[in-house]
Amino acid sequence: MSTAVAGPREHRAPSFWQSTNGKKAVMAVTGAILFLFVVGHLLGNLQIFDSRERLNAYSHFLKNLGELLWIARGTLIVCVVLHIVATVQLVLLNLKARPVGYKVKKSVASNYADRTMYWSGPIILAFVIFHLLEFTAGTLHPGAPAFSEEDVYYNVISGFRVWWVSAWYIFSMILLGFHLRHGMWSMFQSLGMNHPRHTPVLKQAALWITILIIGGYISIPVSVLAGWVR
Amino acid sequence: MKLTLSIWRQKNPGSKGKFVSYPVEVPNGEMSVLECLDVLNETLSERGEEPVAFEHDCREGICGTCGFMINGVAHGPMPATTICQLTMRHFKDGEELVMEPWRSRAFPFVKDLVVDRRSFDRIIQSGGYVSVSTGNVPDGNAIPIGKDDADRSMDAAACIGCGACVAACPNGSAALFTGAKIAHLGILPQGKPEQDRRAVQMVAQMNAEGFGSCTNIGECTGVCPKEIPLEAIAKMNHDYLLGAWKERKSVVTAIAPVTGWEFGEK
Repeated sequence: MSTAVAGPREHRAPSFWQSTNGKKAVMAVTGAILFLFVVGHLLGNLQIFDSRERLNAYSHFLKNLGELLWIARGTLIVCVVLHIVATVQLVLLNLKARPVGYKVKKSVASNYADRTMYWSGPIILAFVIFHLLEFTAGTLHPGAPAFSEEDVYYNVISGFRVWWVSAWYIFSMILLGFHLRHGMWSMFQSLGMNHPRHTPVLKQAALWITILIIGGYISIPVSVLAGWVR
Repeated sequence: MKLTLSIWRQKNPGSKGKFVSYPVEVPNGEMSVLECLDVLNETLSERGEEPVAFEHDCREGICGTCGFMINGVAHGPMPATTICQLTMRHFKDGEELVMEPWRSRAFPFVKDLVVDRRSFDRIIQSGGYVSVSTGNVPDGNAIPIGKDDADRSMDAAACIGCGACVAACPNGSAALFTGAKIAHLGILPQGKPEQDRRAVQMVAQMNAEGFGSCTNIGECTGVCPKEIPLEAIAKMNHDYLLGAWKERKSVVTAIAPVTGWEFGEK
């Protein structure tokens, strides 16, 4: 047997983007931006509980931002693309990293949300596409004869009155919750921040912030179905 | 105590492997898993069969040579315990133990429960040197180091390089190992001068070896016999991000992985 260690051959090392750590840093930063969007979007949406006029005025305000709206949309699209491209590349790498699988494999330390990021991600993407088609483009408008450009309130109410639209929304939001539960502390780890005292607090905070956010989102279809908002 | 050991048997990387069940009688619960395999191997030798190949050296849990999966957990069910320190009393009478080698692209298979972990050596090697003054032994307290830093460094330095982190990681990532190696030097003043380059080089080597990526789920720390914390990975990310930004050379070289073993005919 030869025990010769590494030979003198050298080859180009992976660049920042090619390195797994670099990609994770990109995922962390883009994830953080998308998280801020999720919070902002929720705060905007919750105006539905105030009045039809307030929600419509808010939507009117957003649509009249002009270039600013497209800068925001562009940033979000770039973030989504980078987040997904990095993930897909890492998943492909990770699949190759274990060519022969185990007959028996147990998880001892990770939780369900941690291990299902690869599943929650694509489903959330499918949801986002559906959501954009339903409420932004207006191509899909189940529950309503037509999509209203002006009356966002009407679109929301008529959409969520369809049970499967609400069910799909709630299901996707729960998965988004799983995704956030892991992502919210994981992004700090990927950017090199971990502390024996602060990280457990952060993990707890991630759980509660997630519950608040997802609870906020789910409250909308639930209220529509229950007839509290009509 | 009677147990059934279901062990992965594979003569060499080229041949096809399979699980073979061996009923064993364990006379003493204080025997370690490796001693149990020794007993099995003696029986196999007497019968003229090929003994089970497994790696071992110190048998006191500090060298990092031993290690395989028992029932899907690296180093078996006890936390902070290597296989050699795992005693049979932790298993129930009649239990079946499935023993598999570490599975990773960067750990090429050798035989039965043995894999080639030289990729770890190359990661360490790529870290390069640490500037130290040679000559007389320096004064013990010539360089002041805070207790917290000393502890943190020591926690990372406890890594024995057994490969359990890679084996347990669903992505086959070596982040915990590389993190421990980067952290234990980077935290101390002695390791500071080369800190940036070390992080960049070691991460480059880790990537060149074909390990997967870290998803921060913590399976690695769960099985680590030395309980290296996830903090070590954060330290690697931290040092890497800074190092990659500050690095003045545009090309960082990594050592080409040497994965082949020469097998003689037996």
